Amino acid sequence: MEHTSTLERVLRGIALSLIVLFFMFPLFWIFLMSFQTNETILRIPPSLFFEPTLGNYKALITGKLDTAAGSLDIAFMKNLWNSVLLSTSAVVLSLILGVPAAYAFARHKFRGSEDIAFTLLSFRFAPPLLVLLPLTIYFQQLGLADTYVGLIWVYQLICLPLILWIVRGYFEDISADVEYAYRIAGHGWFATFRKIALPLAGPGIAAAGLLAFIFAWNNFVFALVLASADKQPVTVAALAFVTASGIQYGQIAAGIVLSITPTLAIALYAQRYLVEGLSLGAVKG
Amino acid sequence: MSTLELDDVVKKFGPDTVIDHLSLKVADGEKLVLFGPSGAGKSVLLRLVAGVIRPDGGTVRIGGADMAEIEAEDRGVGMAFQNFALFPHMDAFDNIASPLVAHRTTREKIRTGVEDVARLLKIDHVLSHKPRALSNGQKQRTALARALVGQPPLLLLDDPLRNVDAKLRFEMRIELPRLLADRGATVVYVTQDYKEAMAIGDRIAVMRDGRIAQLGTPEEIYGAPETLAIARLFGDPTINLLDVVPEADGEGLHVTISDRPVRLPAALRAAAGKPCVLGIRPESFHFVEASAPGAIPVEIEAETPLNEKTVTLAVTRRDRELLISRPAGTPAPASGSAHIAVDGAATLLFDKGDGRRIRGADDERRAA
Repeated sequence: MEHTSTLERVLRGIALSLIVLFFMFPLFWIFLMSFQTNETILRIPPSLFFEPTLGNYKALITGKLDTAAGSLDIAFMKNLWNSVLLSTSAVVLSLILGVPAAYAFARHKFRGSEDIAFTLLSFRFAPPLLVLLPLTIYFQQLGLADTYVGLIWVYQLICLPLILWIVRGYFEDISADVEYAYRIAGHGWFATFRKIALPLAGPGIAAAGLLAFIFAWNNFVFALVLASADKQPVTVAALAFVTASGIQYGQIAAGIVLSITPTLAIALYAQRYLVEGLSLGAVKG
Repeated sequence: MSTLELDDVVKKFGPDTVIDHLSLKVADGEKLVLFGPSGAGKSVLLRLVAGVIRPDGGTVRIGGADMAEIEAEDRGVGMAFQNFALFPHMDAFDNIASPLVAHRTTREKIRTGVEDVARLLKIDHVLSHKPRALSNGQKQRTALARALVGQPPLLLLDDPLRNVDAKLRFEMRIELPRLLADRGATVVYVTQDYKEAMAIGDRIAVMRDGRIAQLGTPEEIYGAPETLAIARLFGDPTINLLDVVPEADGEGLHVTISDRPVRLPAALRAAAGKPCVLGIRPESFHFVEASAPGAIPVEIEAETPLNEKTVTLAVTRRDRELLISRPAGTPAPASGSAHIAVDGAATLLFDKGDGRRIRGADDERRAA
């Protein structure tokens, strides 16, 4: 890079700024919107200057939405809690099921192992709408429709393949000799899995867990169809702001800010851990 | 202490046979070196003994007991790996302690056990370091310490000096035999370095293509290799190999080098008239006066020092190149014409067709 001219640097700076602006501006605009009333949001031309209000956040947190047509109860905080509950449970369950499975696929080549692994991955190929109708019928017959258990189960379609395939790669990267050495030292296979494979694949498991969490959090269509209002996550709940008296842009914006905060916080926290983990120089002794 | 017996062991990876009906016995306290080029199956054989991979056929017996149903963790062997295979998330102390931890020893015993072996291998000052903070030499010693700390009766060492620098390798080649002898353990040692093999092994098993090509003491392998390939693997500088056709005469058998006859043992008479390869170790030649019996005239091309030896490159009248080595410092002509001689009994004669050494009557008697 030492030969870059001033012009090149300036152009590069401009290009980078444009890209950042392109991706960050919507977020920034929503952040501003969340502090405005519908009137200031919808005025023409739009302006960066307004009287900030916490009304939107207050309405969401208290659950009382005052519109021109009267007062409306919304359960946004309940939906936020649903999102946390559903995503966390789904990821935890996926990790419990997926990590040992990934280890098995990485270390043991048994008959049909590749086929099984690929079938699990293929769940990600199918458009969700394709399976939703039969799934809805099954769930109604099994009594799983509109239950947390049913939703967490369906979320495995999103989380499990992701975790399985990412973590499998990390397990495969661990030198088999390192595990052999621990076995030969006198430890059983389960101790080897727990004390060697799990810690060494730790960063990968964290990355996969984080990614699965974000995918689960952002899911919309499964919850929309398979759950009723009191079990639905924030992604579906945002629809409630499309009211008879108009679309409540301010509350939607505040809702978005609140709902991306947990994933953003986890991502920022885990990023530090991921970088640490990956710079461990993990597998080479 | 422990014996090791392999009986008709077979291991296949898919269509490739890596270990091909191999049988081997290692006596109690013996140090056996598995020597051979990479891909010969040495490391696989070691892992079969350790129990981390399973044979497709045959039996492995340690201390007389069949290991078919015994898991790796219950075999009580110690193993050091070529790539060290240290646990990257544990410090050197915990790495070395791992075999002791497995056997539920007291904390105090673990500490003294680790410290003793660390002092022996001169790594007691780095016990708190993680593997990535260790030099290659320290990693190698840590791996070795981990293999030794549990005092296993059977030690498997998979080319442990491969990834360390030349100086350290030289030191360890001197240090290791004493260290292993003090332990009294049965040792199977894998290497691709013939000097290491000769320094460490009571016996050497030369492996090729999943089989043992020759099994014998270092002297036997060096002095009487079964095939041309084995002769080439041992010795530095490598053995001189000359295409010859031995001729029978009144006294027995001879070949010609620089148009002069070199007598071969009469017991090899069967080889007369057949295309053969004559192997002469560089140190079997010596410089002589022109008038000496059996003197062979050569032109000296170059002279190079090689460790403790001096190596001379010479050509015969028929333009065949010969390497001649002698202890450094011994006087010899450095250029121009010279004469050399060789004792025919110290040469090796191989069949040019299949590369096997042609055995004389002496050999047969010795073998019997």
